[in-house]
Amino acid sequence: MRRIGVFVCHCGTNIGGTVDVERVAEEMGKYPGVAFATDYKYMCSDPGQNLIKEAIREHSLDGVVVSACSPAMHEVTFRRTTESAGVNPYQCEIANIREQVSWVHQDDPEAATLKAIETIRTIVEKVQYNESLVPFYLPLVKRALVVGGGVAGMTAALDIADAGYPVVLVERADRLGGNMARLSSAYVNFDDAGGLLDSTLERVTHHPNIQVLTNAELNEVGGYVGNFVVRVNARSNGATEPFSFDVGAIIVATGYELYAKENLGEYGGGRYPDVIDALQFEQMLASEDGLRRPSDGKVPKEVVWVQCAGSRDPALHKSYCSKICCMYVAKQTIAYKQRVPDGQAYVMYIDIRSQGRGYEEFVQTAMEDFDVLYLRGKASKVFADQGSGQVAVWSVDTLTSQNIEVEADLVVLATAVVPSSGSVELGQTIRTGIDEHGFFSEAHPKLRPVESNTAGVYLAGAAHFPKDIPETVAQASGAASKVLGLFAQRQMVQEPTVAYVDPELCSACGLCVPACPYEARAMHPWRSIATVNAALCQGCGACAVACPNKASKVRNFTTQQVMLMMDAYL
Amino acid sequence: MKTMTATAAMPIAVTDFTFAQAVQAQSHEPIMRCFYCQKCSIGCPTAFAMDYQPAQVLKMVQLGQKEALFKCSAIWLCIGCETCGTRCPNDIRINNVMDVLKEMALEEGVKPAEKEVYALHRSFLNSIKRFGRVHELTMIVEYVLRVPLTMLDKVGIGLALIIKGKVLHFWSAIKERDKVRELFRRAGV
Repeated sequence: MRRIGVFVCHCGTNIGGTVDVERVAEEMGKYPGVAFATDYKYMCSDPGQNLIKEAIREHSLDGVVVSACSPAMHEVTFRRTTESAGVNPYQCEIANIREQVSWVHQDDPEAATLKAIETIRTIVEKVQYNESLVPFYLPLVKRALVVGGGVAGMTAALDIADAGYPVVLVERADRLGGNMARLSSAYVNFDDAGGLLDSTLERVTHHPNIQVLTNAELNEVGGYVGNFVVRVNARSNGATEPFSFDVGAIIVATGYELYAKENLGEYGGGRYPDVIDALQFEQMLASEDGLRRPSDGKVPKEVVWVQCAGSRDPALHKSYCSKICCMYVAKQTIAYKQRVPDGQAYVMYIDIRSQGRGYEEFVQTAMEDFDVLYLRGKASKVFADQGSGQVAVWSVDTLTSQNIEVEADLVVLATAVVPSSGSVELGQTIRTGIDEHGFFSEAHPKLRPVESNTAGVYLAGAAHFPKDIPETVAQASGAASKVLGLFAQRQMVQEPTVAYVDPELCSACGLCVPACPYEARAMHPWRSIATVNAALCQGCGACAVACPNKASKVRNFTTQQVMLMMDAYL
Repeated sequence: MKTMTATAAMPIAVTDFTFAQAVQAQSHEPIMRCFYCQKCSIGCPTAFAMDYQPAQVLKMVQLGQKEALFKCSAIWLCIGCETCGTRCPNDIRINNVMDVLKEMALEEGVKPAEKEVYALHRSFLNSIKRFGRVHELTMIVEYVLRVPLTMLDKVGIGLALIIKGKVLHFWSAIKERDKVRELFRRAGV
């Protein structure tokens, strides 16, 4: 018979305020297999953890059930406590009586108390048959792959390379720099974007730890965190040369593109030469023969910026706010007024979103010092004004309910920021999640914003979501520090709660192979059984469900354990 | 740039943006900063009587709607109490803008929308020009001559003020009247 201890936490009043914790502890003390049961105000506190350790020694416990908050919160804490008292940490399990009991049944303390008892019983049944497990160790390749050579990719590559690890930087275009290389300047200080980039570029190209592959694309990714095998196809002189190598981590920094202005027919995108997008305007600003419009080379005297061109339009275009447009439009209007002081700049906007140090003040500067006329309202259409060589912009000033028409020499569309082409395919190659718009998804929106939902794959820059330069650089350094954290380990530690195959029962039907979402299953090359790559397995149990012979099992979550847990509930 | 009312299908007015720059230059107020929070309009004690609210006036300046502004009552109903300017997050003192608009309207020969207000301004300034200070009795006389019959209902109050000695019977000019006149000459009024 096992000697299991049950520790019921009050969590202050979070649990104790609803569940009768003393009664729960008393009831559980009588349950078969339970050698000791008690309750305490805060089990996760130092005195609480000491209570568990002492009970383990005093009552010679060989299993621990902590009835408290979600295992996502403190499973690691209590497993460590258990281990320090000399019991295998995988003999410790959490019964969640906070999120799943007290918080959701606050109006019925009696039912909550009964549900708490039943919940703890199931976990006690599970622990009865828990195996003592040890984590296993895998080798770790301390080389990183960075996909995308813009400011995000270069920053991440430099951070990793500076720490002493080799980096391979893969860029699809024929040179590094990305979109930042196309900018005339950066807000809010009109820093020379090219100059900033050049110093980074210089360091990247000459860094002994960085290997740059331009004209190259990532084609294949196999393996898993710490042990990826990647294939990169590099083009040169019309021939494609494949490179295959091992890396331990991958940073996705593929950046953005602008939503094609041709999609915005009502604004004359692609129809009128003097309707351009913001990156074209950046080019005009950088041009050495002055600011001239495309159609006839005339200096434009009336220029209209249309914000949210394709953004914040869930019905027809993109639902999200592209985030950077408010700021670069303000920058472009100021840059325009500096070059053409007698010109007039109009900005048609829905809202101004200027969140950042000095950002709001910067927009105010455009309005105040450069007389940029901000008109609140979404432009409705742009059409050729017969004979005048101008385009008419119809919009509205919603603040005073007046319709507006501007005869413009040039219209700049602040088109939506979209992921670089090929992002969806790249997501499939790397086997990591992308959202409905094609941006790479983060593992957790609040707490893990630089990790993808695939272990060992990290995100930097606008590949994740539209970002400006400082945010991109911050995320790139964040991603690099995650890679360095991984590389700082001697070897990879893998949780042992993974699937395994009982070779006696396996009939080699192969059903488990397609059932596995992590590609951890394969058929053995000569023995007629299925195999598990424990490094890839996440212990989800899909194979166990698919297996008709019950040959596929997950450690400490066997069919026998699940059935016993069900019995305890019913 | 053309503007039109929201319901109209076609533009109805053609205006130019140099107007905003002229008003800014003359008033020294950063009109283009206005982001239309309308704090001024809500706090204004006379806005209830205005045809355009103070924030609207600023927006119309931005949009260059000169004619409508010169003809409106709002610029004359502003009493210059500075409540708007004190509260404005962008530090725009609207009463200075209102004053500039009044001056511009008069220069363009537009008849003021509120003739009583204009008459009071004139009588007040003329009194100062004449005596170097305000002399109530002659100021009131000038005002009544400018807008006859408007003060009939106030005769009782006037008499009471005279009896209590609140209104000077005899004019008494300040010592250096010519210096005040010099100020008027320099201001061009």
